[in-house]
Amino acid sequence: MISITHVMLFSALIFAIGLYGALTRRNAIGILMSIELILNAANINLVAMARLWGDKSGILFAVFVIGTAAAATIVGLAILIAVYRNAKTVYADRINLLRW
Amino acid sequence: MMNYPYLIPLFPLMAFAANILFGKKLGKKSALVSIAASTASAALSISAFVNFLRGSVASVSFAWLNVNGAPVMFGILVDQLSLMMLLVVSVIGTLIQVYSTGYMSDDKRFSRFFAYMSLFMFSMLSLVLSNNFMMIYIFWELVGVCSYFLISFWFEKDSAANAGKKAFITTRIGDVGLFIGLAMIFWLSGSPYFSDLPAIAQNPDRVLLTAAAILIFCGAVGKSAQFPLHVWLPDAMEGPTPVSALIHAATMVAAGVYLVARCYPLFAACPAALVVVAYIGIVTAFMAGTIALVVNDIKRILAYSTISQLGYMIAALGCGGYTAGTFHLMTHAFFKALLFLGAGSVIHGVHTQDIRQMGGIFSKMKITAATFIIASLAIAGVPPLAGFWSKDEILVSMFASGNYVIFGLAYLTSIFTAFYMFRLCFIVFFGRPRKADLHAHESPAVMTVPLMVLAFFSIFIGLVGSPLMHNWFGHFVTFGEGHHGGAPAGLIMGASVAAGVIGIAIAFALYILKWQLVPQAVRIRFTWLHTLLINKYYMDEIYLSAIIRPIALLSKYSFRFDKNLIDGVVNWTGLFSLFLSEVKNSFDKHVVDGLVNGAAKLVDLCSGHARRLQTGLIQNYMLFIIAGLVIILFVNLIR
Repeated sequence: MISITHVMLFSALIFAIGLYGALTRRNAIGILMSIELILNAANINLVAMARLWGDKSGILFAVFVIGTAAAATIVGLAILIAVYRNAKTVYADRINLLRW
Repeated sequence: MMNYPYLIPLFPLMAFAANILFGKKLGKKSALVSIAASTASAALSISAFVNFLRGSVASVSFAWLNVNGAPVMFGILVDQLSLMMLLVVSVIGTLIQVYSTGYMSDDKRFSRFFAYMSLFMFSMLSLVLSNNFMMIYIFWELVGVCSYFLISFWFEKDSAANAGKKAFITTRIGDVGLFIGLAMIFWLSGSPYFSDLPAIAQNPDRVLLTAAAILIFCGAVGKSAQFPLHVWLPDAMEGPTPVSALIHAATMVAAGVYLVARCYPLFAACPAALVVVAYIGIVTAFMAGTIALVVNDIKRILAYSTISQLGYMIAALGCGGYTAGTFHLMTHAFFKALLFLGAGSVIHGVHTQDIRQMGGIFSKMKITAATFIIASLAIAGVPPLAGFWSKDEILVSMFASGNYVIFGLAYLTSIFTAFYMFRLCFIVFFGRPRKADLHAHESPAVMTVPLMVLAFFSIFIGLVGSPLMHNWFGHFVTFGEGHHGGAPAGLIMGASVAAGVIGIAIAFALYILKWQLVPQAVRIRFTWLHTLLINKYYMDEIYLSAIIRPIALLSKYSFRFDKNLIDGVVNWTGLFSLFLSEVKNSFDKHVVDGLVNGAAKLVDLCSGHARRLQTGLIQNYMLFIIAGLVIILFVNLIR
């Protein structure tokens, strides 16, 4: 039987993986993907809690999160493509044109 | 008739100002300005003279400065002596300036020449009008400066520049004596006025008085080119010929004679000073007369003749012949100016000064030659020309003083005078040209008319002092010496004429008839005498080795002293302050700048580490955020 604890542990694991990825990836696309993982970890929690309490608003929240995440990722990718055209790289630490 | 004698010198002063300031614009007109000014001066002099004869004396004076509470008056003195000098200076000056317009017509500094001439006229007329010692000293120096300017007028020539310096420095030596003498007079009496001289001469301190008189005479020795300061006058012939005529023959060099005559009450009270004056005068007259026998430069012959004649005047004054000396001063001014202008006309015509290259130009320059010969007759003492009367007066006064050595030398000198003047005349005007391309031509009228006017004066001016006019001059300019009763005047007059005739006859025999008067053997034996004369008694050489070289040497050593010691101290001081600045610089650099830089470095050091935190990498910032979050969570959990 899969308990709420398992689900939350799973989401915590995904969050941890996402956080690790967001902090360590050099590739900006990887960072975007890791952020996606973090958001989805939150979504898992939302959906799980909605099931637990029988409240559908949690699911609705998750749908909104997925929507905004998709929009944010699209914007992020668009920026990345523009940056790549100028800097010829997608590595976040190489994009240092405005650094001191 | 107008009587403003104090205006006499002011016209030339205005002409000087106009010519020196606007000379470039005036161009040839500057001559007119100067001539108009001196004509006005001459007219005023004549009117002052006429007024004086009528008995009205105009004198002006104003307080100039205070000495020990007593005001020194800057004033003019109009008496017989100054009137005579005024007439001589202004009339001759005007004639010479007219002549100069022709002589200097091609000169590129034409207007400056006339500016200097006007300045000289101003100074000389003021000198003559001065009524006190200080004023006369000021103008005494001013005429010296004008002389310097005009001798070295063609300063591109080294010889002219050097002659100017020589004239100025040599006369300065005498002027130092003059200044000390004036100071002594002022100290003895507290009065600088000539009018007080008879009172000053009563001073009981005879030694000081005699010393003062001799020192004042030193000034005259320098200015009137007397032995031993005569060396500058022959060199002064480097100047333009009108300058030689005006300054170095007629007027400025006579200023020394004028000074002695002006201070005559003082000299008359000091017999010892008079003896000095007499002997200096006669030595000069004789020496210069002998040198003039052998010189070959036309202007230098005249220069030595001038020195000799000035010596004559001085000697006459020294022998008590006040009237004779001043009379000769006046007549000499006319005929010597004429001689110089004639010489200038000759030089203008033949472009050489060496008489050995001239000859036979009488027919080509008739007016010049005729007037020159008239002047030569006048200076030789042929009656009834001007020089005869004044020279005769001098000889009479010398004889009357009982000083037969002086009389003898003066008589000999008058033979020499006649001889060298006619040697000059015969060589220059008669015979054949000694140079093939001697294209003599008569000078323009502007030059010959002054010659004729001066010739007129040279003939007739002597009559004012002759028995024909009852010795009018002797009564006009007199020092109360009375008539020379003791002297056989008629005999001396005859002897004087004889001297002139002998001199002319010897010259005629030697240079026209070409007789060999002296056997060859005698001439060879006396070659040393000729050498001595042609070297001017080696006076220049003596001065060169006795004074100029030691002074040059002294200057050289002083220069070395300056360079090594004085400059050394100065340089050492400079180096020391350089060293001090170096020390201060390093203090600034290390301590003061160190503090400032240290403060900056400290800030840099601290902020340098803190800066590392700001990496610019968003992931780092996120890490910090997460870390912070984790810490906050932990803290909350622990509580």
